[in-house]
Amino acid sequence: MEPFVVTENLTKTYGTIRAVDGISFEIQKGEVVGLLGPNGAGKTTTMKMLTCFMPPTEGRVRVAGLDVVEESLEVRRRLGYLPENVPLYDDMGVWDYLDFVARVREVPAAGRDAAIRQAAARCGLGPVLGKPVTALSKGYRQRLGLAQAVIHDPDLVILDEPTTGLDPNQIVEIRQLIRELGAEKTVLLSTHILQEVEAVCDRVLIINEGRIIADGTPAQLHTEFQGAQQLSVLIGGGGKTEVSAALAALPGAENVECGGGRGKPVAATVSSPRETDLREAIFRLCVDKGWVLLEMQRRVVSLEDIFRKLTVKDGS
Amino acid sequence: MNGAWAVFRREFGAYFGQPVAYVVIVAYLLICGWFLNATLFLEGQATLRNFFAMVPLILVFFAPALTMRLLAEEWKNGTMELLVTFPLRDIDVVLGKFLAAFAVLAVAQGLTLMYPLTIGSLGNLDGGQVASAYLGTLLLGGALLAVGLWASALTRSQIVAFIVAFFICFGLNMLGKILPLVPGALVPLVELLALDTHFNNMVKGVVDSRDVLYFLSVIAFCLMGTVTTLEGRKWGAG
Repeated sequence: MEPFVVTENLTKTYGTIRAVDGISFEIQKGEVVGLLGPNGAGKTTTMKMLTCFMPPTEGRVRVAGLDVVEESLEVRRRLGYLPENVPLYDDMGVWDYLDFVARVREVPAAGRDAAIRQAAARCGLGPVLGKPVTALSKGYRQRLGLAQAVIHDPDLVILDEPTTGLDPNQIVEIRQLIRELGAEKTVLLSTHILQEVEAVCDRVLIINEGRIIADGTPAQLHTEFQGAQQLSVLIGGGGKTEVSAALAALPGAENVECGGGRGKPVAATVSSPRETDLREAIFRLCVDKGWVLLEMQRRVVSLEDIFRKLTVKDGS
Repeated sequence: MNGAWAVFRREFGAYFGQPVAYVVIVAYLLICGWFLNATLFLEGQATLRNFFAMVPLILVFFAPALTMRLLAEEWKNGTMELLVTFPLRDIDVVLGKFLAAFAVLAVAQGLTLMYPLTIGSLGNLDGGQVASAYLGTLLLGGALLAVGLWASALTRSQIVAFIVAFFICFGLNMLGKILPLVPGALVPLVELLALDTHFNNMVKGVVDSRDVLYFLSVIAFCLMGTVTTLEGRKWGAG
């Protein structure tokens, strides 16, 4: 079966600028995919093409087997969209707004009130249903934005930076909501916040300057970009040169950097190939020599490191 | 059509949910009432001629005021981005908004029916002529609103939308008044394009299919222009 979302060589040019430059990816039904990239990388433009806001300059997008240009209306019926900055009609009430969206989203009249109540309950809008949109706090605006995106029970939900501008508590709540959505729907969300991806996404697409530069689960990306393994250790009771030499002599140790010493514990960083685990050897070494192992920490490459490595141009 | 109906409901509600509709209707009635009564008792005739003579100029101000918000605000607030990703055809959006503005105008114009009713009770008023003039006013209003809607699609600024629409409406209205200055060969063309020549025919009580067709053409042309402008997002900088 064809994946739920397929993009082939998706390209969008604004004048001479290639905002999106030949992106191809697939999203399986039920996946929660994070589109990660710095500001201006082409995330929003990609989403605007997926949501039929504008057609691609080149390439194709199919959602549920339907082309976004040829069968735009059908595609739009199947998706819910929350644009960046959460545009809402400030002159309406919360209930009226949801009622309007339900009508244009073709929710049948018989189930309309139920659909509004369900979307409102799901997004925690209960307390503000009777209020005007202008009276909502930023967190509630975001919830209302999410509610309008799911009111017609779409298969695909596209969220453009859904947590921007929220306080930490609200961010946690919105992520919780997205995770709940992800349990039954296909979700594509964009963000430049790395923790967000690790918190909610099954899969990450890292995008920079209009191209996809990495694609995988957060765990896969960790392994792939984990270069040398690094252990930071703090050893008491030995001299700096002595400790340094002993560590370097361990089988598998490639590079040892030492600091401290002279009466203070020696702080050393030991690098080794990815597959070698030196932790046990270091412990035994200290026991043999009568040193005290005060600290040992394995440094794992964070998604943040990967992201910086991929998106910041190397000066050298 | 359900989409256009949903948009109409929202926009019509927005007019009356905010002061816009009330301000426009009250001001329209005050100004119309002034022009009606200023001469009515001096002339002592049961006629609405003086009132309808002023209607085009009054509408040239009021129609752009009604339409300036309709699309410019969607662009400015970013709600356009959401609106066009709903399963609505662009024509649904445009029709819904146009009809909402038209409905407000119809309410305002409908309230002026008290003039013919009261005057008709005082003297011998030509009912057919009044009906024709009212039809003409609605058609004229529709044409001006369609111009205004298109202007609103072109910009993010309501002020710019108002000025552009006002300028075009005013120009179309003035065409009939500058006929003596136009080179002879162009007179038929200018007369054809002028709003008020067509409107004046209807005020006189003549419902000619050419005049009706003229107003309907202006409306259709401007609404299609609005749809094309909305579609322009697909090729522009969106």
